[in-house]
Amino acid sequence: MLSVEGHNVWPKFLKVLVFLAALTPFVSLVQSLLMGQLGPNPIDPLTDHTGTLAIRFLLISLALTPLRFLLKKTWPLRFRRMMGLFAFFYAFLHVTVYTVLDQQLNLTDIWNDLAERPYILAGTTAFLLLLPLAITSTKKMVRRLGQRWLVLHRAVYIASLAAVVHYVWLAKGDILEPFVYLAVLMILLSFRLVRLIR
Amino acid sequence: MKEWMKIAGIRSSDITPHEVFKQRRQLLQASVAAGLTGVLAAPATAVAKDLEGPIIKSDFSTDEEMSSFKTVTTYNNFYELGTDKGDPERHAKRLKTEPWSVTIDGECAKPGVYTLEDVLKPHAIEERIYRMRCVEAWSMVIPWNGFSLADLIKRVEPNSKAKYVSFETVVQDDLPGVQRNVLDWPYREGLRIDEAMHPLTMLATGLYGQHMPNQNGAPLRLVVPWKYGYKSIKSIVRISFVEEQPETSWNLSAPSEYGFFSNVNPERSHPRWSQSRERRLSGDTGGFASLFSGKTDTQFMNGYGEEVASLYDGMDLQKFH
Repeated sequence: MLSVEGHNVWPKFLKVLVFLAALTPFVSLVQSLLMGQLGPNPIDPLTDHTGTLAIRFLLISLALTPLRFLLKKTWPLRFRRMMGLFAFFYAFLHVTVYTVLDQQLNLTDIWNDLAERPYILAGTTAFLLLLPLAITSTKKMVRRLGQRWLVLHRAVYIASLAAVVHYVWLAKGDILEPFVYLAVLMILLSFRLVRLIR
Repeated sequence: MKEWMKIAGIRSSDITPHEVFKQRRQLLQASVAAGLTGVLAAPATAVAKDLEGPIIKSDFSTDEEMSSFKTVTTYNNFYELGTDKGDPERHAKRLKTEPWSVTIDGECAKPGVYTLEDVLKPHAIEERIYRMRCVEAWSMVIPWNGFSLADLIKRVEPNSKAKYVSFETVVQDDLPGVQRNVLDWPYREGLRIDEAMHPLTMLATGLYGQHMPNQNGAPLRLVVPWKYGYKSIKSIVRISFVEEQPETSWNLSAPSEYGFFSNVNPERSHPRWSQSRERRLSGDTGGFASLFSGKTDTQFMNGYGEEVASLYDGMDLQKFH
């Protein structure tokens, strides 16, 4: 084991590595945008990519607890907060692209979208549920809220479901990707259900 | 003043009197005839196929800023070539367009399998700069080259039972989208006969004075500018004259969303995209600046209400969408 003055530095190094890996899609998206590689209507692929990234990171963060029991090791849990925060980061970008770039902060249009299109409502629900989770993700908040923190953070199950439903609902023609996410989410959620019943 | 005109924001003074419209048509026909002689003087085989000879300017053209060639040819919906907007251009070479023939059948006097040359030969090629409005709430302005579908229809002499015209896109099994079965192939579209005969409705063989790029529906595609883009079927291999309203691909896939008529209508809400506004992809888009391009209001019948709204007199456009 690599150690400096008796401290194991591997976990920290690994964390930095995972952080950079999770940031890579963001960097490559910005790079493609600046190089004009996102095609004639960049708002469209930006919305698309940030949305699917948010769902992927939600699924990764939900996979870590089952992984811990599968491997019988606790290290996956160390990445839960970071993965959850990356999910929120991409969800935030997604919502920003939609409200600021796509709808140009036109509140009437946004309101009509919410009222007329259930998939927008599902997506909004997901984001609004993730918001308090991101705010209460600091160590200080975990300590302050105690048991209530655990209860609050179960909202991630509903948020993930709402996010995936949002994607399944809006998909047109090619529906493979959203249904793969739905299947993965079902497996991850049923793992919790099975443990709950036992 | 009719209700749709109010919806469309058309003032009575904007409406072209029928006589003026007829004069315009006669002028156009005269110029088509003039063009035809010019074309006939050129070597017959090369004619329309290579978009050689004079390309006649059309009165139907808009003077709005055109979408760049790059924009028109790199952002396409052509699901046989893939569902991503960049896929059709990426896989364009996989579409085989030679040899090409079009089967014309059903209720007409001259059915048959026509080679592409046979289809194109008698027609002078016009340039028509049309707005194109996609149901996904973006739009372009495209200089098409082609001719009125009506001129082809007259040649094959449909009979009184021909109430509708249906169209089919080629199915080539090795195309990536065809393998994935994202829609029930072949892609199908249809028009009522009076829509098909309308002078605005065209068969396009090229754009920007060039051969039709494969990703835009080579070698022969439909362009119906007052309807959502998916009605303008690409790479046509079959035209049928039928008595009953034909099945159309997007209507089969999601009947509540995509009606048979699919006329551009900002007043009719769509479950995926608001149809009240659109992002115009004009000029050379795609740079950082295009992130901040606003949306413009969508016009009733995509701005062609003056020409086509009479086709739908007395119809409930919410019901027959």
